[in-house]
Amino acid sequence: MSKNLRITNNQFIDKTTRISFKFDGKTLYGFKGDTLASALLANNIHLVGRSFKYHRPRGIMTCGSEEPNAIVQVGNDASMTEPNTRATEIELYEGLEASSQNCWPSVNFDIGAVNNFFSPLIPAAFYYKTFMWPARFWQLYEYFIRKSAGLGKSPTEPDKDIYDHRYLHCDVLVVGGGISGIIAAKTAAKNNLNTVLIDDKNNLGGTTLFQKNECFKINNSYSNEWLKKEIETLNSVENLTIKTRTTLAAYHSYNYLLARENLTDHLDLNEKKNKVRQRLWKIRAKKVIIATGAMERPLIFNNNDRPGIILSSSIKKYMDYYGVKCGQKISLFTNNDSAYETAITLSDSGVSVNSVVDIRDKTNSLIVKQAEKLGIKIHWKSTVVNTNGYKKINSIEIMKLSDDGAGVVGKKIKEECDCLGISGGWTPRVHLFTQSGGKLKFRDEDSVFLPYKSELDQISIGSCNGDFELDEVIKNSVNSTNKFLKVNNNDYQNLEIISSKEIDKKNIWLLPSDKPLGKTKPFLDFQNDSTAKDVKLALTEGFKSIEHVKRYTTTGMGTDQGKLSNMHALGIIAETAGVKMGELGTTTFRPPYTPLTFGAIVGRNVGEFFDITRKTPMHDWHVENKAEFENVGQWKRAWYYPIGSENMHEAVQRESKAARDSAGILDASTLGKIDIQGSDASEFLNRVYTNAWSKLEIGKCRYGLMLNEDGMVYDDGVTTRLSENHYLMTTTTGGAANVLSKLEDYLQTEWPELDVYLTSVTDHYGTVSICGPNSKKILSKVIPGLDLSDKEFPHMSFKNALIDYINCRVMRISFTGEHSYEINIQSSYAKSVWEKCFMAGKEFNITPYGTETMHLLRAEKGFIIAGQDTDGTMTPVDLQMDWIISKKKYDFIGKRSLYRSDTIREDRKQLVGLLTEDPKEILEEGAQIVAETNKQPIEMIGHVTSSYYSPNLNKSIALAVVKNGKKLKGQKMFVPMKDKTINVTITDTVFLDKENKRLNA
Amino acid sequence: MFLINCPYCGERDQSEFSAGGEAHIVRPKQPTELSDDQWAEYLFMRKNIKGVQFERWNHAHGCRKWFNMVRDTSNDKIHAVYKMGENPPIK
Ligand SMILES: [Zn+2]
Repeated sequence: MSKNLRITNNQFIDKTTRISFKFDGKTLYGFKGDTLASALLANNIHLVGRSFKYHRPRGIMTCGSEEPNAIVQVGNDASMTEPNTRATEIELYEGLEASSQNCWPSVNFDIGAVNNFFSPLIPAAFYYKTFMWPARFWQLYEYFIRKSAGLGKSPTEPDKDIYDHRYLHCDVLVVGGGISGIIAAKTAAKNNLNTVLIDDKNNLGGTTLFQKNECFKINNSYSNEWLKKEIETLNSVENLTIKTRTTLAAYHSYNYLLARENLTDHLDLNEKKNKVRQRLWKIRAKKVIIATGAMERPLIFNNNDRPGIILSSSIKKYMDYYGVKCGQKISLFTNNDSAYETAITLSDSGVSVNSVVDIRDKTNSLIVKQAEKLGIKIHWKSTVVNTNGYKKINSIEIMKLSDDGAGVVGKKIKEECDCLGISGGWTPRVHLFTQSGGKLKFRDEDSVFLPYKSELDQISIGSCNGDFELDEVIKNSVNSTNKFLKVNNNDYQNLEIISSKEIDKKNIWLLPSDKPLGKTKPFLDFQNDSTAKDVKLALTEGFKSIEHVKRYTTTGMGTDQGKLSNMHALGIIAETAGVKMGELGTTTFRPPYTPLTFGAIVGRNVGEFFDITRKTPMHDWHVENKAEFENVGQWKRAWYYPIGSENMHEAVQRESKAARDSAGILDASTLGKIDIQGSDASEFLNRVYTNAWSKLEIGKCRYGLMLNEDGMVYDDGVTTRLSENHYLMTTTTGGAANVLSKLEDYLQTEWPELDVYLTSVTDHYGTVSICGPNSKKILSKVIPGLDLSDKEFPHMSFKNALIDYINCRVMRISFTGEHSYEINIQSSYAKSVWEKCFMAGKEFNITPYGTETMHLLRAEKGFIIAGQDTDGTMTPVDLQMDWIISKKKYDFIGKRSLYRSDTIREDRKQLVGLLTEDPKEILEEGAQIVAETNKQPIEMIGHVTSSYYSPNLNKSIALAVVKNGKKLKGQKMFVPMKDKTINVTITDTVFLDKENKRLNA
Repeated sequence: MFLINCPYCGERDQSEFSAGGEAHIVRPKQPTELSDDQWAEYLFMRKNIKGVQFERWNHAHGCRKWFNMVRDTSNDKIHAVYKMGENPPIK
């Protein structure tokens, strides 16, 4: 630590607690209370990064979230590393490791810096223009650009930290704990309003907290002392919650806000463990008071980016708050009064101030007079025309401004310095206001955008509302808050306030130099390296809209979103284009205000909590029996049950054969089940399915197809009539929730006259499906009393039954074409019934099969799977299922659409079967089908939707949709693959047991 | 993120609701009598207004009830919510 850069300052820095940290591999020391930036400055380290395009050395420029240069990578652990963090916001902790980002191989020796010497060759949009063509070279460019651009490294391991989400409801949310925010929060809370005050710093007070100057006094105390007392009283205020280290990230409509609270980032490395690192607060506030303050603007002049050039107010904060001198011989450059506060602070602390360069004609405000009294030299009506020093500034060149401010006159003065403080005035932080949809207005007097109109219950107070002087800040904050909250707080009405008043204002967006613009480097966006020249070039190239100029020049496109110099870009555009700034408008500020970690965004929704996992009642049995699982929506379904070293194909072949040869057992619990009751239940089904339902007898089942109103197949399933006014509908696994929503929609909005009630019972019943020629024998063992004769219990019928005194429903329905039964029983008994069936089937080699075998078996029979063989463009006619469309019914959902001009076209894509010439060749699902091979380009007439090798037929089978397919039956087609062309023949969709004999076998 | 006043449950977060498009489009009672164009008008044509719009919403993760909403799409202000079958309280 360079001892001579620290002054004694016991207020905010704990000099008794020394902290060691590493920057770019070097061990350094700071104190508790430091930020990484203040500790680096105390170690005389200014150079912290390289600029994006020219790789110019860049130094710490600010002390807050708007920092464009000091962007560092924190952490060295593959799971804990975090790129793009601002050194100015990182509180120093024991064990901190940080490194410069935008440099390779090191910050002091940077290969990309060669770009700087070629910079006349790298104008705006250089990357767009140069690396556009030929496209195949891109991978070459990309390698070098990425390597030398260095936007930080992503962690490569999962984040070990814990993140959290919480909701917060309050009457009043105050964003920003500076003087106006404190006044507002205290006023609200004292009037019995449930109030939350948040601030992104580790303590409240804002800049007034260290404003100790004769020119700013409240009731005869320095403003900082008065404020400190106010803060102390906050602890005893009821109804007030204070959250520090909490950044408001986003402000949405209806006063819904997101704030990120940092809980452990400031703790020593060994104290962080097992604690929630960051918490995202989801806040719903009745009223919002924005008191986010203002940020100082830089000045735009030649070579304004050298390390050691720092915002004037930041130099003051480093001195007054952190006790760190940014230099030993400091020059200041300003267009307003605030730099004089810095000058006085420096002078009071024994740092020699070379001079203040002020672009204004002589001005006589209180604070300027005080500075003059201290003997501080002022260059009036002057500008800095150049700065020198490569890795750190070592001198500035000053010239007088011409009367119109467009040029410089007279003799050039060279002034040696090791730091230059710059101040271009202040920009109200209106980001949150605009994020919330608020409209801005422009104040010409000092060129600021201010909150104007908002649809939400909110106000802006203090300097974010354009009040920059202490007395106005207090007076207006008090009045606005009282009016906004409809209260009458007199605590602050009779304060005696001394405040220096700025008398003269002057602003030049782009300061002139003695050199022509083309020979200068006046940086606008420090992070993205765009200069005033680039913006002017964009304008001459024809760009007019600010949004376009921004993207073309990348001004304001960095991780800092150009917080610092957006205003200058606008100013220069307006000047060059000859329009008023107010008319030009501003760019949109999008959330988040500062970057959020992905951890904070996802909170606890990681790993197994990322999404809901639904498991069937028999899930544990499948696990015990080594099933492989497949995700179907949120469900985990048994996919296949490999035995020994079987792969999927082998297992599925074995399962499929067993199901047809003897018996198979399937967990069908995931199928959607909707209980339908009411006196109009039959009429309701008539309207939602394509076929007729009124005549379905009690105790019978029927397959139904559901369409969208556009005539396209939506879902299918078997519905059973349990009693006169009671049905049980099944849907596809994936479609269950949507079908219920759709049915509810029609019931509630189109047919409220129907007496029908829908209840989802998917999770209430487990379903065991037994199929195969021996299924009847097995079921008779499980439910001995049940008459299973074809006469008593035919295909497509249902019986109530008892298994060990527990009620269950048995349906004789089949999705495989085999003789089969489905037992529906209360979920809690489903596993034991499954096991019972399995035991009973042992003598018949009952084989558990998963979804893959189920798909294969149904494909052998040509049964569709809605969502696999259909894709929202298939009508029942396209599926060759004309038989299921009732001709008698007057109406059902989708009926009218079945004879629109487009749906009656004969050359629509239709479902067909496909057989490969080589029966061993299995087609790829999704493979394209063509009618000829000798033409290019070739028309695709369809694609494969389902494809399997059938062990029961000993050949490969597939379903496909093919244009005009119905008429092409028997025709040869081709499936071109990467390495060969497969010959296929279009067939019927049913491959096995066309006569349905097996159903009653 | 809206705060929606479900006519059955009261104020709830927008994440509990799903939007269902334009309101007050009645399904034709006799679709078979309609020409292709008339049917297409019902089936496909929806307004997309900048300004006050009548919409259907469903309290999907709540009472599951459908209801109507009058919303200004230019500023997301919800002027009214009302039950299905009721006339809009605002013209
Ligand atoms: Zn509700």
